[in-house]
Amino acid sequence: MQKIMVCLKRVVDYNVRIRVRPDGSGVITEGVKMSINPFDEIALEEALRIRERGEAKEVLVVSIGASQTQQQLRTGLAMGADRAILVEESDAVGPLTAARAFLALIEKEKPELVILGKQAIDDDNNQTGQMLAALWDRPQATFASKLELAGNQATVTREVDAGLEVIEFDLPAVVTTDLRLNEPRYVKLPEIMKAKRKPLDMTTLADLGVERAGSLRTLSCEAPTARGKGVMVENAQALVKMLQQRGLLS
Amino acid sequence: MTRILIVAEHDGSKLNPSTAKCVSCARGLDAEGIDIAVFANGGDDIAAQAARIDGVDRVLQIDRRENAAPLAAVLAPQIAALAEKYSHVLGPSTTFGKDVLPRAAALLGVGQVSDIMAIEGPRTFKRPIYAGNAIVTVEAPGDGVLVATVRIASFEAAGEAGAADIEKKTLDVELPAHTRYVELRSDRSDRPDLQTATRVISGGRALGSGENFDILYRLADKLGAAVGASRAAVDAGYVPNDMQVGQTGKIIAPELYIAVGISGAIQHLTGIKDAGTIVAINKDADAPIFEVADIGLVGNLFDIVPELEKLIGDRV
Repeated sequence: MQKIMVCLKRVVDYNVRIRVRPDGSGVITEGVKMSINPFDEIALEEALRIRERGEAKEVLVVSIGASQTQQQLRTGLAMGADRAILVEESDAVGPLTAARAFLALIEKEKPELVILGKQAIDDDNNQTGQMLAALWDRPQATFASKLELAGNQATVTREVDAGLEVIEFDLPAVVTTDLRLNEPRYVKLPEIMKAKRKPLDMTTLADLGVERAGSLRTLSCEAPTARGKGVMVENAQALVKMLQQRGLLS
Repeated sequence: MTRILIVAEHDGSKLNPSTAKCVSCARGLDAEGIDIAVFANGGDDIAAQAARIDGVDRVLQIDRRENAAPLAAVLAPQIAALAEKYSHVLGPSTTFGKDVLPRAAALLGVGQVSDIMAIEGPRTFKRPIYAGNAIVTVEAPGDGVLVATVRIASFEAAGEAGAADIEKKTLDVELPAHTRYVELRSDRSDRPDLQTATRVISGGRALGSGENFDILYRLADKLGAAVGASRAAVDAGYVPNDMQVGQTGKIIAPELYIAVGISGAIQHLTGIKDAGTIVAINKDADAPIFEVADIGLVGNLFDIVPELEKLIGDRV
């Protein structure tokens, strides 16, 4: 195939301990490390492996976000993507609007395969890939743990609650990644230097002719209720006794 | 007027308990009508099971050859076609609902509320973000149909004393042929289902091998418990992916959860926050799992688990 498009989201790094703002308006994102959404990193790794096997010619990374999102796209280019496009938007974009923007990029770029994470670890929505596939009127293979290509068809093994589901579908299509699809590579310093010279184009929702969808309004944000402090027991006998006292064992 | 459509989850013969949990959520919305849609190929039994759920007014049975397997590309246009008559369309936040509902929402031109954990108003809900490290209250916009998935660990299943009408329906919707179901690979066991069991025992990387999970299975069988695992144990290949408990696996709410040899990464804790009592058994007294455990026991799991099995004997 000619082209794979990978969608990346800039999110709070997964190692950061999340803290809710005292005024309840959201979580603190100032001064915290930002990274590529881990599931999207897996998506990019998969696209690069497909290209390295000679099954695709070009890997394009795209994102929607504030100007600083260029950092994550540069990281994507350093991992090995050929080209990047940022849809610059300083206000948050919900999944349906994101899907509309990605569709507009698909219409311009004509990829045969779009890969993205099954969810972003900030909002945990798990919607964008499915919505994109719907608007594009193409197949979707969500929660992929294995992806095989054969001509203009693909087979995906999906991690579902009941086990592993296998589906087969025609390209072009949207694939969303689960954790066990692959382990993303580390970026080497020379690649970071090289990535600075790779093309990174800027556009906006308005340039793409994309209308924002009505999005959820966040009324408040709070920390989850903590569980009370537990007790320690000395041995198995004491554990069984305590479970009996609490009515959990007869 | 609040009229709710719930998309049933099933395996071709049995209704998944997630459906009755969605009904509980729907009942919290003061609906004038709650209908369940059963998409199947020969869904008489499933429709009958759905009709018994308390609070359900009608079961819509849509039998069609293409509905034999739960393909999102096939189900979403049918859900969208039914949705016109409803104010809300709900489905479970399981891999089934997460796959299908957003596709239906996009066809309807609306957003989706994912993982409802509490109802604050007809269009206002609480939902977790950042792996449950923050809870937001969100309001869905406008008057369009509201599509949402229900976090099933947050709702009790509705009872089974109902007698709803079953209506067979034919939908004039053209379905795509671009996606084909091949197979489901599943390690069927006689143990209780992880997502609905009242007792769950999970093992972590400290088990050391797939064979060593046998000591957990033996204890589980004494307790009538389901067996789960941490992501580390699944990644290490000890057990299959469908046993994973946590942010990217299953989110569960048993009465009793016993974590064996699990350090307690935040991603795992996300999956067990709603458990009634959490017991942790770990040789590392500093393991984070002890911060959330109600009862902790520091020691060697290979001594403790067989001893528990012996102590519990047949007394349960």
